[in-house]
Amino acid sequence: MKEVIRLENIRRDFRVGDETVHALRGVSFSISEGGFVTIMGTSGSGKSTLLNTLGCLDTPTSGEYFLDGVSVRSMDKNQRATLRNRKIGFVFQNYNLLPKTTAIENVELPLMYNSAYSAALRREKAVEALKAVGLGDRLLHKSNQMSGGQMQRVAIARALVNDPAVILADEATGNLDTRTSFEVLVLFQQLHASGRTIIFVTHNPEIAQYSSRNITLRDGRITGDVFNEHILNAAEALAQLPQPEE
Amino acid sequence: MNLTNLFKIALKALSNNKLRGFLTMLGIIIGVASVITMLAIGQGSKRSIQAEISEMGSNMIRIHPGGDMRGGVRLDADDMESLKLEDLEDIQTQTRYVTYISSAVNSAGQAVYGANNTPTTVYGVNLDYLEIRRYKVEDGDTFSEHDIKTAAKVCLIGKTVVDELFPQGENPVGKVIRFGTIPFRIVGVLQSKGYNSMGMDQDDLIIAPYTTVQKRILAITHLQEIVCSALSEDYTEEAIDEISDILRTNHKLKESDEDDFSIRSQQELASMLTSTTDMMTILLAAVAGISLLVGGIGIMNIMYVSVTERTREIGLRMSIGAKGRDILAQFLIESILISVTGGLIGVLFGIGAAIVVNLVAAFPIYIQPWSVFLSFAVCTITGIFFGWYPAQKAAMLDPIEAIRYE
Ligand SMILES: Nc1ncnc2c1ncn2[C@@H]1O[C@H](COP(=O)(O)OP(=O)(O)OP(=O)(O)O)[C@@H](O)[C@H]1O
Ligand SMILES: [Mg+2]
Repeated sequence: MKEVIRLENIRRDFRVGDETVHALRGVSFSISEGGFVTIMGTSGSGKSTLLNTLGCLDTPTSGEYFLDGVSVRSMDKNQRATLRNRKIGFVFQNYNLLPKTTAIENVELPLMYNSAYSAALRREKAVEALKAVGLGDRLLHKSNQMSGGQMQRVAIARALVNDPAVILADEATGNLDTRTSFEVLVLFQQLHASGRTIIFVTHNPEIAQYSSRNITLRDGRITGDVFNEHILNAAEALAQLPQPEE
Repeated sequence: MNLTNLFKIALKALSNNKLRGFLTMLGIIIGVASVITMLAIGQGSKRSIQAEISEMGSNMIRIHPGGDMRGGVRLDADDMESLKLEDLEDIQTQTRYVTYISSAVNSAGQAVYGANNTPTTVYGVNLDYLEIRRYKVEDGDTFSEHDIKTAAKVCLIGKTVVDELFPQGENPVGKVIRFGTIPFRIVGVLQSKGYNSMGMDQDDLIIAPYTTVQKRILAITHLQEIVCSALSEDYTEEAIDEISDILRTNHKLKESDEDDFSIRSQQELASMLTSTTDMMTILLAAVAGISLLVGGIGIMNIMYVSVTERTREIGLRMSIGAKGRDILAQFLIESILISVTGGLIGVLFGIGAAIVVNLVAAFPIYIQPWSVFLSFAVCTITGIFFGWYPAQKAAMLDPIEAIRYE
């Protein structure tokens, strides 16, 4: 299988006053295409820092990072911006949708920064992505007219729209109730099934059972890396949840 | 990232906050509108003064006896009588640039007809004077060369004098009035010219042959003034030089001597008058310009607030691939859109206000195209200048910190 991500001994130090915080202390792993990887760990273990590095938002203090075969370390700010635009889809805990903006416009946003897309093509891709997350009937709803679960699905559609090499999610279900969390998880499993590469940071150990691989961080080091042979089906779990009272 | 998309993004952001955008614009609108209105009023009054002066004869040149007194007072009895009839005749025969030339003497006094009397001035001139000052005879006729030769007691009178002396509306032509002790037969009535730009009634006068005024009223032989007109406004300078040469030769002045006469053109007067209105225009425009500056600072202020408020949005845009320069461009375009739209509305308002001033206060206005372009250019520059720092601040944000910003 094709390797999408390879980290080699990644370190990330933050200087806070006179002290140095070692957020990542030598992290190495690789992820091949089509993997659904959860990253877990206690608070402050370095999950977000790792995800920012993977998302080319942050540069490691040392170590090598290859995304889709390209070394990211040597890139400047603008090159990394372009890389994010073409190869990465982000999903954030608090959705980060543009206010007073329709679902379709939110989803189009990454393509606005890619001059290869015409306005018509942008729209087509955005509609396609929104249909893929089950919001085909909510195209013109504004972000403040949607529920948390719907907003997160718009955010996922936005992460999909540029056909990224990898989708990165930081606590993507953190703000959602159990039921809605499962709905989102179902969506991620569908994306996984259609061949997407997903990295999913979470606090919730339960979620690890629905992914194909689980990496555990502790104090900036990898303490566990297990491949999951028995991936649970989120759709089934969702069906077994008690029905919400109408 | 292409410009069309950046424009769409900026427009979208502005339409999300229409009221704020409009309030920010208001500063620019008021600034531009006042610049345009002030310039329109300033230019308008300048033009109306110029028009009135050219009505009076923009190519008119006046020669007075005595040196140039503009630098200080130098009165010399001989000097004051330096202009003679020979000077006039010499100019008349030698000139290439002067078309009409008239002697002028005047005397103020009381004009009397029957029981009516009015204070006025009698001007002793020759027939060219009517051409130079652009007076027309409305009723009757002018006096003749023969009248001048014989110092005949005939005159033309202005409308104001007519109204004072003939309140019953009788025809003044042929009537005999008295000026002081001298009886004058009215041969013609002048067409009304109204007031000039200095507020002088141009119809309050009596015109008579200069010989008559010289001999019978003033008892002098010199001329108080020579009035002439240049070929055209453009030849005024040449005419002045020429007259000066002739007079200096006539008066046998040495190289080192100063002129014993002074020559002033209507153009000089015009530039004197318009320089005051120019000054006013500059002052008014400066005040208006300051309000434009304040408007610009308003933009800067709002853009700063906007950048802070939208830190998360900026972080998000960066995380999905916006480069620093895209963010910079977006915010710059926003501020330019505000200022240019404000400028456009301001231009319309300014022109509207100027027209209202013109209609309501009957103030002359003139909207100069360059003032419109200028304020427009200033607006765009204001937008760029005051939008730059906030936009720069936005572009420099760190995406990770920005997206976490609460
Ligand atoms: N910008 C920064 N400056 C200084 N220290 C930082 C910075 N970002 C992260 N750190 C430190 O690095 C360590 C790892 O932080 P990180 O945000 O990656 O943890 P996390 O695993 O995501 O925690 P949580 O589960 O609470 O989100 C922490 O000790 C944190 O204080
Ligand atoms: Mg975190």
